[in-house]
Formats: sequence, structure tokens, C-alpha cells
Amino acid sequence: MKLAYWMYAGPAHIGTLRVATSFKNVHAIMHAPIGDDYFNVMRSMLERERDFTPVTTSVVDRHVLARGSQERVVDNITRKDREEHPDLIVLTPTCTSSILQEDLENFVNRAQLDAKGDVMLADVNHYRFNELQAADRTLDQIVQLYINKARKKGDLEGKSEKPSVNIIGMSTLGFHNQHDCTELKRLMADLGIEVNEVIPEGASVHNLKRLPRAWFNLVPYRELGMAAGEYLQKEFGTPMVDITPMGVVETARCIRKIQEVLNAQGADVNYEEFIDQQTRFVSQAAWFSRSIDCQNLTGKKAVVFGDNTHAAAMTKILSREMGIHVVWAGTYCKHDADWFREEVKGYCDEVLVTEDHGQIGDAIAKAEPSAIFGTQMERHVGKRLDIPCGVIAAPIHVQNFPIGYKPFLGYEGTNQCVDLVYNSFTLGMEDHLLEIFGGHDTKEVITKGISADSDMGWTKDGQAELNKIPGFVRGKVKRNTEKFARDRGIEKITVEVLYAAKESVGA
Amino acid sequence: MTTTEPEALNFECETGNYHTFCPISCVAWLYQKIEDSFFLVIGTKTCGYFLQNAMGVMIFAEPRYAMAELEEGDISAQLNDFDELKRLCLQIKRDRNPSVIVWIGTCTTEIIKMDLEGLAPKLEAEIGIPIVTARANGLDYAFTQGEDTVLAAMAAKCPDKAPVVEAQKQERNAISQLLNFGKKKEEVAAEESEYVKHTPLVLFGSLPDPVVTQLTLELKKQGIKVSGWLPSKRYTELPVLEEGYYVSGMNPFLSRTASTLMRRRKCKLIGAPFPIGPDGTRAWIEKICSVLGIEPKGLDEREAQIWAGLEDYLQIIRGKSVFFMGDNLLEISLARFLIRCGMTCPEIGIPYMDKRYQAAELALLEKTCHEMGVPTPRIVEKPDNYNQLQRIYEQNIDLVITGMAHANPLEARGINTKWSVEFTFAQIHGFGNARDILELVTRPLRRNNSLKDLGWGDLVKKEAKV
Repeated sequence: MKLAYWMYAGPAHIGTLRVATSFKNVHAIMHAPIGDDYFNVMRSMLERERDFTPVTTSVVDRHVLARGSQERVVDNITRKDREEHPDLIVLTPTCTSSILQEDLENFVNRAQLDAKGDVMLADVNHYRFNELQAADRTLDQIVQLYINKARKKGDLEGKSEKPSVNIIGMSTLGFHNQHDCTELKRLMADLGIEVNEVIPEGASVHNLKRLPRAWFNLVPYRELGMAAGEYLQKEFGTPMVDITPMGVVETARCIRKIQEVLNAQGADVNYEEFIDQQTRFVSQAAWFSRSIDCQNLTGKKAVVFGDNTHAAAMTKILSREMGIHVVWAGTYCKHDADWFREEVKGYCDEVLVTEDHGQIGDAIAKAEPSAIFGTQMERHVGKRLDIPCGVIAAPIHVQNFPIGYKPFLGYEGTNQCVDLVYNSFTLGMEDHLLEIFGGHDTKEVITKGISADSDMGWTKDGQAELNKIPGFVRGKVKRNTEKFARDRGIEKITVEVLYAAKESVGA
Repeated sequence: MTTTEPEALNFECETGNYHTFCPISCVAWLYQKIEDSFFLVIGTKTCGYFLQNAMGVMIFAEPRYAMAELEEGDISAQLNDFDELKRLCLQIKRDRNPSVIVWIGTCTTEIIKMDLEGLAPKLEAEIGIPIVTARANGLDYAFTQGEDTVLAAMAAKCPDKAPVVEAQKQERNAISQLLNFGKKKEEVAAEESEYVKHTPLVLFGSLPDPVVTQLTLELKKQGIKVSGWLPSKRYTELPVLEEGYYVSGMNPFLSRTASTLMRRRKCKLIGAPFPIGPDGTRAWIEKICSVLGIEPKGLDEREAQIWAGLEDYLQIIRGKSVFFMGDNLLEISLARFLIRCGMTCPEIGIPYMDKRYQAAELALLEKTCHEMGVPTPRIVEKPDNYNQLQRIYEQNIDLVITGMAHANPLEARGINTKWSVEFTFAQIHGFGNARDILELVTRPLRRNNSLKDLGWGDLVKKEAKV
């Protein structure tokens, strides 16, 4: 057992549902108790979906515990098949069905006899995989199912005439996925590459047999699509480009890799001039790096935490493209930690791999960065510590599903990243200037639960004096003073002690 | 008057394929209500993910609840449940020092048959903190019924004797203590005389503190003294429950708590309609008065005054139809109030219908329908959301009260919706809060009224499926 207040990656079935519901006309049936269909609420609220989320529950209740699901799951599958005629029904196991160990595969086989559409069991064990791993596996599973079907029918298509690409990994409830998808399609159009299929978001399972047409697969996110990409590489020799085009340097690297992949297949393309034009004049990021604004950020401290894709890319942007000092970069993708370490090597002082938000909060408090780039959890830690935070990865709230165009990938994405980074830092600076020039401070410092906190007693006048110290150094002064007091066995910190400490350590 | 024949209520039961919150969500409001408690939900990542997302920003406010997340070793019994729980509870004791730890059993603990009720007394003795066990799982219960399981478990922990030492008159009741705060003894004694002498009355159901005060004062006007609330603000202030005390439920989903109080604590239940809406509040007071042998006074004017104050809202909803898809068990009371407001209601979906506990409320609903001359609604227990959607389309409903899973898709199809969960968290009890209910109910109508001339009511592409 583990005491947990907060989790970064959700349970496995969420990943399966994200992939299943991203496809057009695919229905997911969860084998779960009442109340486990919270996914529908999230999709309806966060994505502001106009359509009903195609997820229903085959309810596990007392009767199921006593006698097994029996006909129920099969009936629910065939009923949904009749009502909505989905192309595919994905039976989705949950933590509950993982321990009931009913023969779901058998239900699927029986339901398939009556159902007009296809029926599939998502092969994910709740206790072994998290949301991201499950999503990756489910996408791979669906792709394999339809490739094999087409192969049996002799229905597979050969390579397209002109260079073409599959974009793999866009999904519902993914961080800024729909904007990223638009941006990548634009980028491909600019490069003269035909977009063959985008999966899973908005795709039809009937089109999966067209996947082998593409000259290469672009997998922009490390978390979702790698398994499917590797499968296609193995089966059809379709090369996979898995460089996330986030940030100026990485976007260029991704495009050069595409160039290499296409030329190896006899395309004869040269994108160097395109990269140069985009970098210098379309994206503002390269110019921003040279501008005085960015100069002022030089050496400022930041910390980064998120999923593998975004945390790694953001770390490289901050460090390589803006000269910002990344004290530590971290990921909650423990299952893929080696990749992360390799990616950020040389771009940060330290790497933090954990799923424990308490540990992250402590690490932030200790580093005292000028800005945080993290998830919604880090944003709240930042609020408490008075440090601005730019949100770069899930878990996210409804405000991270903006209606306006805000990609993180491609050249427009580099502009968005600049705004995000710059706004986070300036806001913090303005805040401090306000305080230095007598801005009002009616807030008490509440750092309870984060390690910057202590149980040292401050007298009223000591505390009042501490409050006069500008916010951005107050934490440091407080800690230094407390250390000073503790070393000398002083119990109450008065004004005198505060200044004695200041003199001794130059706080 | 219309010529509708008086008809009896019509009960149906569907497939139970509906959307609702998991009952473990009750920790969200109960940990706030019971200030010295700590709620430990013993379940999986699925439970944690639900709580984390359903609670929204509350999760960041250092809540006094946590997950005991079960891992594969717990499921296969490679780890010892008792040792694991002891380790976590000691950690909670060290970090938070609560007066009570409430264990919330989940689907998983049910399936693997973890004996929480058996482990709790042993662990309680070892760590010195009371442990209350509630099985608020999705196998058996829906949403608000979670509170029912917790309160039923807490009913067993209420002291059964008022403290005997009368040296300094110890008032156990938090509210009267609050009301008497700073007053001299004589004044308190004088205040006692404002009450009629009656068998002690304890109310059950978790309500926000302002509502507790309002309802307590409402009864005080009738000379009725509220001896305590289950739950109270602190676990250490749970009310005394002696044999023969009267109890009355504040919410329609508390049937287990009611039967526990009757069977285990030998209390007498006052079965009244619930104080939701001015009609409900009045009926609730009248029923309590009649049981205690008190002649209620001033209720006519009080109710009329409240209704008069609602007129602007009533004009918006009169003659309109409302459909409850059903997810929080408040549906019968809300429908009864809205029918009194002049709405029609073809269907009330409800997760679970306890006809005995809700008897007085159901009778009032029937009476209200007859008096307002509208057909009685069909009451659909364990509804099937898919079928309900078909009925909503056919019946051309003006307002659908539903969960968030359906709200946006229905709005996109030009159908007004109100998110049902808001009724659980808003203050809806008593005379003073009737306006808040109508504020919620009329909000979509007011908003969509201001948009109606723009001509984009239907926002779904035609090929989109239902």
C-alpha cells in the first residue's frame, strides 16, 4: 500500500479510453462498477465535446460478484452494436475486472458472433501499466488488428506515389494535441509531404489498412504511438521519425531527419533553405534569443517537470535556446526514465524521476527558481511559494484546453513557447518590483508541508521585519536566519537575531 | 383547472446503465464538515484519479484525505493488510493527528474481501485513534449514498449517555454552544425556557454550517430544541443518542443511517418530507411539530413571504417541463418543489428509491401533483441513460437536470441542461435557500434566453450520431 494524495499518470483504462474514443465511430465498453465512467465527464468538460462520449459501462455490481457477468457483457456489446453501429467495440478492463479475472476474451469472441462491427479486448493489466503505457499499447493493438484483417483480405495498399506521412499519437485529452496536429499538418504541407493518415484522433478504423502507404511515420510524442510506429517499421520497413519538433533546434533536427528518410527512398528533397527561412523569419524564437528581453533571462534559475516529451523538450529550449539555468528537470514517466536522462543530459544540473508530488514540491522549495515549468500540480506549488509557473504537461485543467490556436510543436509552437517562458519570468519580476517599491503584502507566507517550512518560532517584530524583505529573497533569508538560530540554540527569532544572522552569513 | 385524473405514482426500474459519481466522492464534503477527521480511501489508482479530478482545486488545499493505494502485492495477499494499514495510519497520526480516521472501503476491498470492519477495532486499540469504517463502493451505492454509509457507521460511535457530571453544565451540542457563546449561566437558563419541553431531537445529514444554523433557528421559532447533529463540526462532538430520542433526516439519501438509528440506537424516526424548497421546509417543520405535540405558528405567512420573493424566478419556469436523469437521490424532493413552482415533470430518474424512508416525501409529491393539476411523473429507478436520451428527444423537454457527461452534448443539440452535482454542493435547505435552488434551475434558461435570437441553437453537424 502506498499513501497517495495526487497522481500524475492516470489508471490504465483511461489510456485505453483516450485512444478508443479518439477514433471515429469506435465505442468502448468498460467492465466496471457504477461511477467508473468518470472519463465521460472529463472529456465532456475538458474538451468541451459536443458529442456524447462513446463510452458505456457494463456494470459490475453485487450480482456480478456472486455469479459472474454471465450474459451481461455480451448483451451490452451486442446492444451497443445494434444501437449505434460502431465499426469497433473495445471492451475495456478496469482495476475491478483485473481482479475478478473473468474470461473477457471469451465474452468478446461470443459477442463477435452476433455483432456486425468488430469487437476487441484491450489487453492492459491495471496493475502493470499506467494511462500512458496503456494508451500506447491499445493504439498498437488496434493498428495490428486492422492490418492483419486487411492482410487476410489481401487489401493492403502499396507505397504512395509522392512522399507521404502518417502522424501517429494525436489523441483526445492530450496536452494541446488538436493544435499540434494542425501545426504538423501545415508543416508537412510546407514540406510538400502528403499527410496519409493521422491516428488515432479523428481517424476511421477502416483507413488503418492505408497506413503502409506512407513513406514514413512521424511520432511526435514519446508517450503515445511508439509501439504502433515500431510495429509498422517491423512489418513494412516504414521508417519512424520520433524527434519531437518542439523548439527551434529540435524542429530543425526533426525536419533534417525527415529529409534523410525521404532521400533514402529516392525523393531528393533539400529542406535546408526552408529551415533557415522559418528559423530566422517565421518563428520569432531565434530572434527572441538574441533580443534584450531574453538577455535579461540569462542565468535565471528554472525547474522543469512533466511528461517525457514536454519536460525534455522544454529543458532543451530553456537551456540551449534561451540561456536559462535549469537547476533540475524531472519526469513522472518512471517506466521510460532512461530515455529522459539521455535527452536532457548536459542541459540541467540534476535529473529527478518521481511520481511523488511531495518530493517535487520540496525540490522546488529548495531550488527557489525564478520560474517553474510543470503540470497543474507544480502551478499550485508555485502559487504557494509565490513563484510563477508555466504549464507544459498533463495533468491539466480546463484552462489548458484553450480555444485559441496554441500549438507547442512546429514553428508556431516555438512562438507559443517563447510567450509562455517570457510571460512566466516577467510576471515574476514585476511582482518583485512591486514589493521592492512598497507594494502591499497582506499575505502570510504559508509554506506548510513543503520543506522550506520550519517549526521555528518567530516573534511578532521578527516576523514583521522579515515581511519587509522583498519576496524573492525572503525565503532564503528566512531559512538562513533559522539555520543561524538553530545552530546557536536560539528559540525565538527576534529582529535582533534576524540581523545578527544577516551579518554572519550575509543573507 | 385541468381535468387530469388523480393518479398514483408510477414506479419503474431500468437497466442501471447510468452515469453518476462514485460514492467515495463523499469524502470531499465530509472532510470539510468534520474538521478533525481524516479520510483514508482504500482503493486503487482508479479511485484516486476520480477523486483528484472530481475535487478540482480542492485537491491542492492540503485536504485531510488520502488514498491508500493498493498494489499488486496487496491484491495477491503477499503483503499483510493489517501491517500495511497500520503503517499508513501511523503516518497519518504523525503528520495530521486527527481525532478520527475514516476508512472508506472500495470495490477492490470488497472483491478481495479485506476485512476492514475486523481490522479497525484491533488497529484502533493499537494506535489510539478511533477508526470508522464505511463501505462506500460503486458495487452497491451511488454518489450521495456514500455519505449515508459514513453516517451509518458514525451513528454507532455516538455516545449513548449524556455526561452525568453536572458540576459545570457541559453542553455537548456544538450549535447551542455556539449560540450561547459568551453568555452567562442565567442567560442560558433563561434561553432554555424559550423551548417547549420535549423528547430530545437529533437531526442527521451533513449540511454546511450556515444551513445548520438556519434550520436550528427555524425550529427554535417553534420552541423545538435541536439536541445535536450527526455529523457535528468535530468528531469529538458527536451527539448523544439515547434510546427513545427522536431523529429526523435532512436529506433523501440517508436511509441506511435512518435504519441504523432506529434499529441499533433505538431512536424514533420522524418521517417527514425534506426541508428543500419552502413547501418542503414547511411540511418538515409541521411534521416535527405534530410528532412533538406542538402547534406550529406563523408558517403560513413565512411560506407565503418566501414564495412572493421567488416570483421573478417563477415567471421564468412556470409551465415549462423538467426531466431528471437521476444521479444524486435529491431528485424526488427537487421535482416536488419544481412542480409546486409550476413546472411539469414527466420523468424522475433516481439511482435508488427507498419508498419507506422517502414515504412522506413521495406522498407530498403526489399531493403536489394533484393540487397543481399536473400528471404524476414516472419514477425510474436505476435508469438507462441511453433510453432516457431517446425519451428526452421525443418529449421536447425544456430543462434536463443531468450529470456533466451529458450536459455539453445536450446543450449542443439545443436542449437546456443544469448540472445536477451543483445541487449537492449548493445550499438548498430551508426557507432562506429556496432562491438558491431556483437560481440554479433558471440559470440555463436565463442564459439561453439571452442567446435565443442569435440563431445557433443547434450546434451539431447533421451526420453526427446521437
